Amino acid sequence: MPLDWGCVVRGRFPNVNIVARFEIERRQFLDEHGKALAPLPAFAEDAAALVALYRSMVLMRAYDAKAVALQRTGQLGTFAPLIGQEAVNAAIGSAMRPDDVLLMTYRENGAQWMRGVTLRELFLYWSGDERGSNFSGARGDFPICVTIAAQCTHAVGAAYAMKLRKQDRAVVCTLGDGATSKGDFYEGLNAAGVWQLPIVFVVSNNQWAISLPRAHQSACETLAQKAIAGGLPGLQVDGNDVIVLRQVLDEALAKARAGGGPTLIEALTYRLSDHTTADDATRYRSADEVAAAWKLDPVARLRAHLTERGAWDKAREEALLKDCNDTVQTAVRAYLDTPPPRPAQMFDHHYAVWPAVLAKQRAEALGEEI
Amino acid sequence: MAAITLIEAINLALAHEMARDNDVVVLGEDVGVDGGVFRATLGLLKRFGKERVIDTPLAEGLIAGMAIGMAAEGLKPVAEIQFSGFGYTVIDQILNHAGRMRHRTQGRLTCPMVLRTPCGAGIHAPEHHSESPEAMFAHIPGIRVVYPSSPQRAYGLLLAAMRDPDPVIVLEPTRLYRLFKEEVADNGVAAVLDQCVTLREGTDITLVTWGGMVHETLAAADALAEEGVVAEVIDVVTLKPLDMETILASVARTGRCVIVSEAPRSCGFASEIAANLAEEGLLNLLAPVRRVTGYDTVVPLAKLEQRYMPDKARIVAAVKQVLAFS
Repeated sequence: MPLDWGCVVRGRFPNVNIVARFEIERRQFLDEHGKALAPLPAFAEDAAALVALYRSMVLMRAYDAKAVALQRTGQLGTFAPLIGQEAVNAAIGSAMRPDDVLLMTYRENGAQWMRGVTLRELFLYWSGDERGSNFSGARGDFPICVTIAAQCTHAVGAAYAMKLRKQDRAVVCTLGDGATSKGDFYEGLNAAGVWQLPIVFVVSNNQWAISLPRAHQSACETLAQKAIAGGLPGLQVDGNDVIVLRQVLDEALAKARAGGGPTLIEALTYRLSDHTTADDATRYRSADEVAAAWKLDPVARLRAHLTERGAWDKAREEALLKDCNDTVQTAVRAYLDTPPPRPAQMFDHHYAVWPAVLAKQRAEALGEEI
Repeated sequence: MAAITLIEAINLALAHEMARDNDVVVLGEDVGVDGGVFRATLGLLKRFGKERVIDTPLAEGLIAGMAIGMAAEGLKPVAEIQFSGFGYTVIDQILNHAGRMRHRTQGRLTCPMVLRTPCGAGIHAPEHHSESPEAMFAHIPGIRVVYPSSPQRAYGLLLAAMRDPDPVIVLEPTRLYRLFKEEVADNGVAAVLDQCVTLREGTDITLVTWGGMVHETLAAADALAEEGVVAEVIDVVTLKPLDMETILASVARTGRCVIVSEAPRSCGFASEIAANLAEEGLLNLLAPVRRVTGYDTVVPLAKLEQRYMPDKARIVAAVKQVLAFS
């Protein structure tokens, strides 16, 4: 148990003053059955806009399932499934502008796809081919950050550049619950606060950092409150409610663009699958817990909501599933038809020009004369 | 044209490039109002403004990571790590991100950043202020590592570093910051990277060194000359990628080589040069190659640092051993 040093005595003595207090709000629009808990924000009054988000989320799930299947059959390398986190992905993918910059982890393939990265490129990346990070779309987005939380410092640099050049752009930096324990997270957050940079940090708190549960990651009641230490606002949202996610992202991005500084959004969600295809989550969490998390499924929730509004039905669902499977299958074919990388790819982009003094090494590796 | 110190040459190069290129920004701890603890960035804040001369929070990992983010967005950040002993945390950022940004995106994003840091012992500094991390940086793919040893080379190398399209680590020898002055023309001419510089031609032995040891090695060469030994002295200048051709060509003529480095011996940069000589220059050698280095100890605090660093006497003694071999 962490020691409680002060709450009891604070304010009781004449020489003790309370110099700061904080509150963390949690927002939600849809309950787990898709029922609206409050009047919806303007964008969500248009059912077509929500249908578009829903279609994206279903495509992500189809892509995710296919990627796992490809890995299981030896046609893809280790893959990190995003199932359960489609709402966060869809909200980010739809809220950002094309010229904004996304710095993401390995569980934001859905947002990447919405920003113009092709499914073929995503498959290429997971197959172990650098060409998968040479996106044809979202050319300014960073490559997937695998070392945890380092992207928080890169985000500061990218946002600083935007602010210096007085550009109407913003940065979205995603991370997981585990990343909030790292120094790079605090260093990035702190600097973003100092310079009031146009950054939205999105913590996808999926409750597990491989085998470490959220409760063992930090004694903080919320991860959102870690923002307070950096002098920026932090709030919690239901991370399986795409409507609230979109609303807070829209607000935070507008504020960032207007010079209002950074925001941290903690999205409460759940990692429904293993950490990666190399992991076995049954080693450290119960089937009951996972079954309970499935009841909060973001895809089913939005479908229920749209169905209740008369904007969705079984026929449309079947057509969508077929569409998504076709799209994914086409991408799989394009991926599998991609010729393997040339061995020279190993050397060609280490420097703008491979140094002459290292020419021998390259020639030796490639079996070329120099 | 005035004679200036190495630290003033750094300042001159920074000012020159900031005036020439609006994308160049300087960031680090105390680089703005204070002008840097060694005064490398003196006067830049007043001239170029606080948006481009950035006093950062006290976080070295942030400084390096931020520079990466800026560089990928098209700026040309010059980050200062106040002392290299505080820079070990930045190795994570340089190794995992700066050095591979271009490669892992196949040229889509690049990282034209410079990271400057004072290095080496010899100024009676406190703990963690006398480190020699060059081999650690030189081991990292996708970056350049340069180590100037004179005001002129500092000016030219820093300009070259700022104009290079890839990450460059500029290691600066603190003991040479103000040791001597040299005339430096502020002509904006960058030095050539990836090239050793032969400081003195000789026929009897090749002395190879870099950074803070260059001055000591030249002193040793002077002492040897008085005894009739004509040593060739090579300043490596760019440690990564290493121009081995110049060293091999020299050793082919002299047949003997001593490598001088103040870093700990095991797996040091001197070992890299010795290994290359063994691989490609063995048949030209008349005697085993010797390394004169720091020891496999922590660099001692001020009272013993002079006993730790190679000095003229140790270099001369090693040269005599190599010359005596037959």
